[in-house]
Order: sequence, then structure tokens, then C-alpha cells
Amino acid sequence: MRELTYVEATLEALDSAMARDPSIFVVGEGIGERGGNFNTTVGLYDKYGPERLCDTPISERGFVGMCAGAAMTGTRPVVDFMFLDFILDAFGELVNQIAKMQYMSSGRLKMPILLRGAIGIGHSAATHHSGSYYPIFAHLPGFRVVVPAIPSDAKGLFTTALQSDDPVLFLEHKSLLFNRGEVPEGEYAIPFGQARIAREGSDCTLVAIGSMVDKSVAVCDKLAEDGVSAEVIDPRTIAPLDMETILESVSKTGRLLIVDETFQPCGVGAEIAAQVIDQGFDDLDAPIRRLNGAHVPTPYSPPLELAIVPEPDDIEQSVRDLLAE
Amino acid sequence: MPQSEQLLSLYRQMLIIRYTEEQLARSHQMGLIHGACHTYVGEEAIATGVCAHLRPDDAVFSTHRGHGHALAKGVSPREVVAELFGRATGCSQGRGGSMHLFKPEVGMMGTSGIVGPCILQATGAGYSFKLLKSDQVGVAFFGDGAVNNGAFHEGLNLASIWKLPTLFVCENNLYATEVPFSYSSGNPHVGNRGPAYGMESLTVDGNDVLAVYEAAEEAVQRARGGEGPTLIECRTYRTRAHSEGMRDAGYRTQEEVEAWKERDPITRYNEWLLENEEAGPETLAGIEAEVKEMVADAEEFARNSPWPEPDTVSEHVFNQR
Ligand SMILES: Cc1ncc(C[n+]2csc(CCOP(=O)(O)OP(=O)(O)O)c2C)c(N)n1
Ligand SMILES: [Mg+2]
Repeated sequence: MRELTYVEATLEALDSAMARDPSIFVVGEGIGERGGNFNTTVGLYDKYGPERLCDTPISERGFVGMCAGAAMTGTRPVVDFMFLDFILDAFGELVNQIAKMQYMSSGRLKMPILLRGAIGIGHSAATHHSGSYYPIFAHLPGFRVVVPAIPSDAKGLFTTALQSDDPVLFLEHKSLLFNRGEVPEGEYAIPFGQARIAREGSDCTLVAIGSMVDKSVAVCDKLAEDGVSAEVIDPRTIAPLDMETILESVSKTGRLLIVDETFQPCGVGAEIAAQVIDQGFDDLDAPIRRLNGAHVPTPYSPPLELAIVPEPDDIEQSVRDLLAE
Repeated sequence: MPQSEQLLSLYRQMLIIRYTEEQLARSHQMGLIHGACHTYVGEEAIATGVCAHLRPDDAVFSTHRGHGHALAKGVSPREVVAELFGRATGCSQGRGGSMHLFKPEVGMMGTSGIVGPCILQATGAGYSFKLLKSDQVGVAFFGDGAVNNGAFHEGLNLASIWKLPTLFVCENNLYATEVPFSYSSGNPHVGNRGPAYGMESLTVDGNDVLAVYEAAEEAVQRARGGEGPTLIECRTYRTRAHSEGMRDAGYRTQEEVEAWKERDPITRYNEWLLENEEAGPETLAGIEAEVKEMVADAEEFARNSPWPEPDTVSEHVFNQR
């Protein structure tokens, strides 16, 4: 099969959806002629023109609030934040308006808005350009939160996001954007709430998120040489979260490690662990373990930055510790 | 008109910024700088002319393009270069990098990776100083791009209704990344917006250090005297790419860049000093040599500085008392 980068995969999904559906438009800084800071809209301006590829001023609250109004009145905005960090300037619009609008209107209004941005730690981007924040959004009723790990998932999930009538946060880890992988041609949709088993195994279960998926698979492949059989699950969406697949895996392995770059307190791992204890307690042969990025704002200097992200060695050690329990 | 000594110190300050930025650009090419690096080349007259009136206890809040503000406010080239190199000796001890330069000891309250907040924070400094009955001032430096952010509207209005001792210094370099201000703003002028908020405002040639100096002098006096804020639009241009290593074509013409290079603030000021016999060529050459030496020393200092210890990474999340 032909290969595409992660960004090219979402671009393909966006392009074919825009060709079919004239109500889709994109807003953001530098997404017009320039094609997006991360190449998310390359070539689309020439095809669809300035009204559907709308370059905005640096007015995050303004254009997010505006897109809420647009989504309520018949169009499908795609808001491209470049770095997701900038979404925070629009937090009130997101939480009080976008997430609650369908409920407040008792379902008579729709909120088909896609909010995308690059997340994650790396390349000394420092603390205003390294945020992920998905646990915050997953905490709130009303959002779909998508964190694809590989190009083919990015395309299929982006297609679903563009068809969704709910607000979707589509979060792309910067270290994945230019990874290549096999991507099917044509349009296809991957439903939200369906995890992918990235690697099969029977001794322990790793739930890995975003940039941690490939890292975890590589570590587990290496551990296989020592006879360890580890399963790696990529939830693909944090909200909804496919607990069924996770519980099924834990019932087979009895051991669970959650690997996530974002903060541990009140995080995704805490939620998964609580649900496994609720619904799969008898399947557990060991305490549930979590491996997270350090609970600090992201530092700039390379040795400091390296110290806060789970690295392959940390993952390997955590798996070995879990198996020794 | 500033005194002779002050005239030379403006020249020296602009050179410190220029040579440091050029050094940073070279270091970036060599891979010694890790994140983004937005230089201030071409805009040196603004930070220089404004900060000449500030004391260490006045508070400056800056942007992503903030090396020049930090240097003009009294952060040494050593501390700036070391910070961008990610070293423990940098002004933010390696935690910050280019967009997070802090030295509150000299009133450098931070550069920022987010466009807009500096406007509100300088307003807040004005509020503090008013409440404390001190004659300190708060200063926000920001780009034309920030003018379209809600923070601009809210900050200016707040400063105006409470007559806060704040300077709003807009560095209008005509573009926000690649987006022309003429596209992104319904009103292409900033300096005439003061009346909309009930405050004094003006537009100056931001490549003329004396024009900036004089405008800032009046604004700082107004602020210290309890007569409220001022909005100053400085018309200028960045002659390097938005950020080092980024493409710099497709959105502006080479002719435009060259035309603005003709208006280089340092060359112009050098010529002005000579023509008005405020300094001879030897004096100016002496300053240039001294500053070159200073910046070379800063680079060497940074290169030989230690990295921060990884096990200190969690320090300072909270006040550790
Ligand atoms: C809230 C926010 N949105 C977007 C960005 C991305 N960004 C960084 S610099 C920049 C352009 C800023 O232009 P301007 O304010 O004119 O400053 P200049 O770079 O021209 O000095 C943008 C959009 C950001 N840093 N913060
Ligand atoms: Mg600008």
C-alpha cells in the first residue's frame, strides 16, 4: 500500500470532504495561501478559495466564538489552532458555549465544529507551545476527543470528525506529524470509541496514548526477545473511551500499565484505572500502574525536557516492574 | 534632545541588540539554539528609545520577539545567549528559552509565547503602581498582530478608565508572521486609536531612535505624573524571517525588504551622530568594537556554561516555602 505522512493523511480526508460538502470551511492563522504552519491545508486555498480557507487575525476567542455561531446556523467550521496551546484563549467559548449548546437547546441545535491543533512535548518548544490538555476536555460533557497515533487512523478519524455533529477536538502530537505509514486510498471513516490493538500479547496490557503508542510497541517488541508477551492498546479517542477493549485485554493479561505523556493527577490513566477496578477487579493480578510525563510546565532546555517525558527506558522499566509484582 | 552621553548610550544599546541577535542567528544555524528564535533585527530603535526612560523598578512585559526588550531593560547578553543555549546560567535558568526570558530583578517581567497577555499584564502593573502610590510604570511591547487580539481592547480600556501608569508600545512591522496588517485589521492605523479608548496616542517612525525616545519621554512623564496611559505606534520592519530557519518569501517582496534596509535604524542614527557632530567616527568605531567584544564574550560564556541538572526539573512549580 502507498505511504503518506500523518499530516498528508488528514489533508487527504479534509480535501475530499471539502470537495463533497460546500458547508465545510477552515479558519486559522496562516492556513490560507501559506498552507498552515504544520502543512495542514497545503494546496486547499488554490482549490477552495479565501472564503473556505479563511486566514484570521490573532483573535482566538473571537474566531472560536464566531465558529460556534456558524456551526449553529448550517455550516461546518474547522478551526486550525496550529499549536493547540492557543485554544486556551477561547476556553470560555468552548466550555460554556460550544460544549453545552446542544444540551441547552435540548438537541434542537447542532454543534458540528472541528477543533484541531498540534500537541505535545519536543524540540524545546517550551511551555507555551508544548501543551496537550486532552484530559481537561475529556472531563467535560459535550466534547469528542481524538488522539490518533498513526497516519491511517488520522485519516479515518478525521473523516469521522468532519461528519460528526458534535464538537470534536482533533489533537495531533507534533512528533507524529511527519511519520509515514500505509494509508488506504479513498474515503473511509473510523468510528469514535473503538480502540486499536497495536500489538497483541498475553502477559500484560499497556494502554498507550498518542506519541506513546509507537514507543510502547517498540519497547514491547524488544521485550519479546526476553520472552515477554505484552499487549499494546491505542484507545484512539479519549472521549468516548473504549473500555470494553481494555477490559477484555486485562481479563486476559491480569496486568495493566497506562502510558501517557500528559499529567498524572486527575488524568486519563486515573480514569481508566478506576473503571478497570470497578468492572474488572477480579481480573487483576497486580496493582494498576501509570507512567506519565512529569507534573511540571514544560521546560525549554534539552536535558530538562528529556527528563519529563516517558522515554523507552522508562516504559521498559515500568513493564518489568509490573511483571515482577 | 538627550544629552551627548545619552546619545551615545542609545547607539551602544542598539548595537548590543543588533550584534546579539546576529550572534543568535549564527548560533541557531549551528544548532546551538533549540527552539524557535524570533530576532529583533531592524526594530532595535524601539526598545532602546523606550527603555532609556525606564528604571530597573519599572516593569516591562514583552512578546515572542523579546530579546531586544530584555537587553534594553538590562538583562546582559551573557544571560540572554545562555538562556537560548538552554544553559543553567541563562536568565531563566534554562526553563524558558527565547520566548520566556525573565529577569524581574531589573524589571524584565517576561517574554511570552502567547500573543496578547503582555498587554493585560502591563495594565496590571499599572494598577499595582497606582495602588501602591509609587511612580513606577508598566510597559507592554507588542506587535501589530496583537492589536487584533481581544486583550488589546480590554487592556486599553481598563488602563484608560482607571488612568493607569502604563505605556502600550505597538511595534507595527506590517506583518504578523506572513499576514499583512492591512489584511487583518479593518483600520490600518494603530496610533489613532487612542481616542476610541479615551487615551493619548500617537504614531512615530519606529526606525528613528530619537523620535521613539521623545515620544516615550512624554508618555513616561504622563504615567509617572498620574495622568494615565499612552498608546504609541512605532512603524517599523523586521528584516529577517519571522523566526530563524523559517522561509521568508512569498508574502513580501525583496524590494520591500531592501527598501526598509535602507532605513536601518542603526545606520541612520550613525549618520545622524556624525552629521550633527555629536560623535566622531573613532568614537563610534570604538563603541562598535567594545560591543562586538561583549557579544563574543557572551557567546563563549554561554557555550561553556553547564546544562541544568535534570533532577531540578520540578523546582519552582510552587513557591517552595
Ligand atoms: C494567542 C496566540 N495565537 C497565535 C500565536 C502564533 N503566533 C506567534 S507569533 C505570531 C505573529 C505575531 O505577529 P505580531 O504580533 O505582529 O508580532 P511580530 O512577529 O510581527 O513581531 C503568531 C500568530 C501565538 N503565539 N499566540
Ligand atoms: Mg508584526
